[in-house]
Amino acid sequence: MIQYALIFAFACFGIALLFNLYRIFRAPGVVDRVLALDTMVINIIAIFILYGISTHSGVYFEAALLFAMTGFVSTVAYCKFILRGDIIE
Amino acid sequence: MSLLSEIIVSVLLVAAGVFGLVGSFGLLKLPDTMTRLHAPTKATTLGVGSTLLASMLYFLLFQGRLSWHELMITMFLLLTAPITANFIAKAHLHRFRDQETLPDTGTPDDWATFEDEAKEMEPVMTRDTPRR
Repeated sequence: MIQYALIFAFACFGIALLFNLYRIFRAPGVVDRVLALDTMVINIIAIFILYGISTHSGVYFEAALLFAMTGFVSTVAYCKFILRGDIIE
Repeated sequence: MSLLSEIIVSVLLVAAGVFGLVGSFGLLKLPDTMTRLHAPTKATTLGVGSTLLASMLYFLLFQGRLSWHELMITMFLLLTAPITANFIAKAHLHRFRDQETLPDTGTPDDWATFEDEAKEMEPVMTRDTPRR
C-alpha cells in the first residue's frame, strides 16, 4: 500500500514541479518568478524525502536540510535585491 | 498493527501529494500576485510537513529507528515560510507602489511598510528644534 501511496505522491509533486517551471517561464512579474522558485525548492525537498522513504535510507535528509537552508537564503536575497537594488548594504 | 501503520503512512503520503499539487496549481490559477502568494506558502508547506511526518512514522514503525532530521526540517520550513512570504509581499508592494493595482488596506492608513520608509526620511536629531 505504501508503494502505491509513494508513487501517487511522486506523481503529484512531479506535476507540481512542472507547474512551477511553467510559472517561472511565463510570469507577469519578477516577484512571481521568485515565488515560483521558492515553491520549487519546497517541492524538491518533498521529493528528496519521498526518495529517502522509497530507498529506506536516511542520507537524503541532510540534502533536504541543506536545500531548505539555501532556498530560504536565496529567496531572501532575491527579495532584498528587488527591494533595495543591493543584497548586503 | 502493521496494517494500521501502513494505512496511517499511506494516508499521510496521499495528503502530502494532494496538498503539494493544490499549492502549485493555485500558483498557476489565482488571479493576481497577492492572492497567488497564499497558495505556495500555506498549502505547499502543509504538504511538505505531511511528507516529513509520514517519513518519520515510516522510519519509526517499519525500520525501528527514530530520526530527528525530519523534525529539524519541519521546524526550519515552518519557521522560514512566513518570513519568505512576508519578504515577497513586501517586494511586490514596493515594486507596484505608484500604480493603483495594490489591494485596499481597509483602513484610512497606507500599508505599514511605506510608513517605515517615510519615517526613515525624517532627520534624526530634530526632537528639540521646532518644525518649520
